[in-house]
Amino acid sequence: MRHPAGFRVFRAVGLLVFAAYFFVPLLAMLDFSTQVRGSAPGRTWDNWEFMVTDEDLRSSIVASLLLALLTVVLMVVLLVPTMVWVRLRVPRARPLIEFLCLLPLTIPALVIVVGISNVYSWVTYLLGDSALVLTFAYVVLVLPYSYRAIDAALSAIDAATLSEAARSLGAGWFTVIARIIMPNITGGILGAAFISVALVLGEYVFASLLRFDTLPVAMAALYKSNGPAAMAAALASMILVAVLLIGLTFLSRDRHKQGASS
Amino acid sequence: MTDSRAEHGLAVELSDLTRVYGSVRALDGLTLHIEPGELVALLGPSGCGKTTALRILAGLDTATSGTVSVGGKDLTKVPASKRDMGMVFQAYSLFPHMTVVDNVAFGLKMRGRDGAARRQRAGDMLDLVGLGEHADRYAHQLSGGQQQRVALARALAIEPSVLLLDEPLSALDAKVRVQLRDEIRRVQIEVGTTTLFVTHDQEEALAVADRVGVMNAGRLEQLAPPAELYSAPATKFVGEFVGLSNRLPAQVSGDTAVVLGRDVPVLPGSTTGSGHALVRPEAVSVVPDAGGGARVATVMFLGPLSRVTCRLPDGTDVVAQLASTEALRLQPGDAVRLEVAPEPVLVVG
Repeated sequence: MRHPAGFRVFRAVGLLVFAAYFFVPLLAMLDFSTQVRGSAPGRTWDNWEFMVTDEDLRSSIVASLLLALLTVVLMVVLLVPTMVWVRLRVPRARPLIEFLCLLPLTIPALVIVVGISNVYSWVTYLLGDSALVLTFAYVVLVLPYSYRAIDAALSAIDAATLSEAARSLGAGWFTVIARIIMPNITGGILGAAFISVALVLGEYVFASLLRFDTLPVAMAALYKSNGPAAMAAALASMILVAVLLIGLTFLSRDRHKQGASS
Repeated sequence: MTDSRAEHGLAVELSDLTRVYGSVRALDGLTLHIEPGELVALLGPSGCGKTTALRILAGLDTATSGTVSVGGKDLTKVPASKRDMGMVFQAYSLFPHMTVVDNVAFGLKMRGRDGAARRQRAGDMLDLVGLGEHADRYAHQLSGGQQQRVALARALAIEPSVLLLDEPLSALDAKVRVQLRDEIRRVQIEVGTTTLFVTHDQEEALAVADRVGVMNAGRLEQLAPPAELYSAPATKFVGEFVGLSNRLPAQVSGDTAVVLGRDVPVLPGSTTGSGHALVRPEAVSVVPDAGGGARVATVMFLGPLSRVTCRLPDGTDVVAQLASTEALRLQPGDAVRLEVAPEPVLVVG
């Protein structure tokens, strides 16, 4: 349908305003992170190289990326089988599971940190003081968002009939979950995973108060001594998350083309 | 049932099955024996327990009490995945992320059959249901009828001891339904697998089954071949549920009853004394007669047959099914005489 010219102009202006709202700060960050010190003319990538050359920043980036990976793996391993099992075998427990999963959303992060700081003194005592032990806390932190994404995907398929069909053909429960249900909720799992990555890469309160050097903590510290390098690191993490979300969109589209519901 | 079918199939025995959900008794002492290679349809209204019985036989639900055995082997405690039964569901149940051929081969994969054998068997089964050319498609690229045919091929691919059909046609439109119904019967006769077919559609049940079991409130009211079920209902519920019946005043004495002034034999289980005879519309004939006492109320044209409703002097409506050539000579308001064929009837209180 062809819209009137006035509407098309209004739409184009609206898009431009929104694009400016999102991209001007990003361009400003890029500009700031590539300026030569002392306001000299020209551009430099030194601040971006700093992410690789600085030992502390590099190790915090590696720690954050590993934390994101471990959080996603643990979240999927814990949440997907639990949600499938509850949906198929104990539907009466669904409201309880939903309540528990959404609970972290209602409690301020600061309160959670204060509550678990004593537990973490034991965790670090038993597992060492690596930042990776934050995985346990981060799994709790991402639960509300992951639960919603996976629950929506599960609601879009007839999980009960698919699992009964698979069982009648000889599949055990592990096969039902791993080979029948999970491939059909991949979109939801990917969504949950990418939201988790975004949350972990940006999480500051837990890591800072529990004294672990993750990327956001390192960036905050770096900002006091080397603003442009901190800006480069912040922009890099945002670009990474944006790439992941764009990847999710394309993956979901491809799956729809193949006929698998997501 | 032919001997070749009996050679392929296994006997199924449901003994005194009870299933209680809270205060609801979904099954109330159901006992059912299915001969090897036989196709038995369970028919009944919603909530009568027919699907519960099938799910307990499949292992997808657990009986509160009673036993399930197939081929003489007790399967009551065996999980669904170990029962070796093929099932076609009411809802479309093809795995959306797999192609048609992968769906059909899935059960064989679970049984550890190698790739070549799986592909061969899956191809044979797809040919059996006429979908060999659709092997590489996904479920969403098939019509509802095609999806159910693939589901049938998938259920049969594992050479199940029992084939379970849980209202497989109810989501399809009328024309496809009849085609697939006939196809299910053809395939079942060809492979000879003992089959339990659950439906609420009596035409479907009467058309495909060797025997039909009518269920009501968790109990089996009658299990009989379709013709016997129709012509000799054992209970009031069966008489009223299967086909159309007129309820005509009757007076029973001994093994006959007087219905519309005529003596007709009564079926076992009939009440004694006065009651109501359940008379099929095709057992009623309408004779134009100025002194007959009844009057034609409506004539409904149904193609080769027509349904004529007549009103008796006491206000009782009687439906007769006549050849259209005969019925179309009648007009509403015509005086007629009604006669009942001397076929056995069930008289209920």
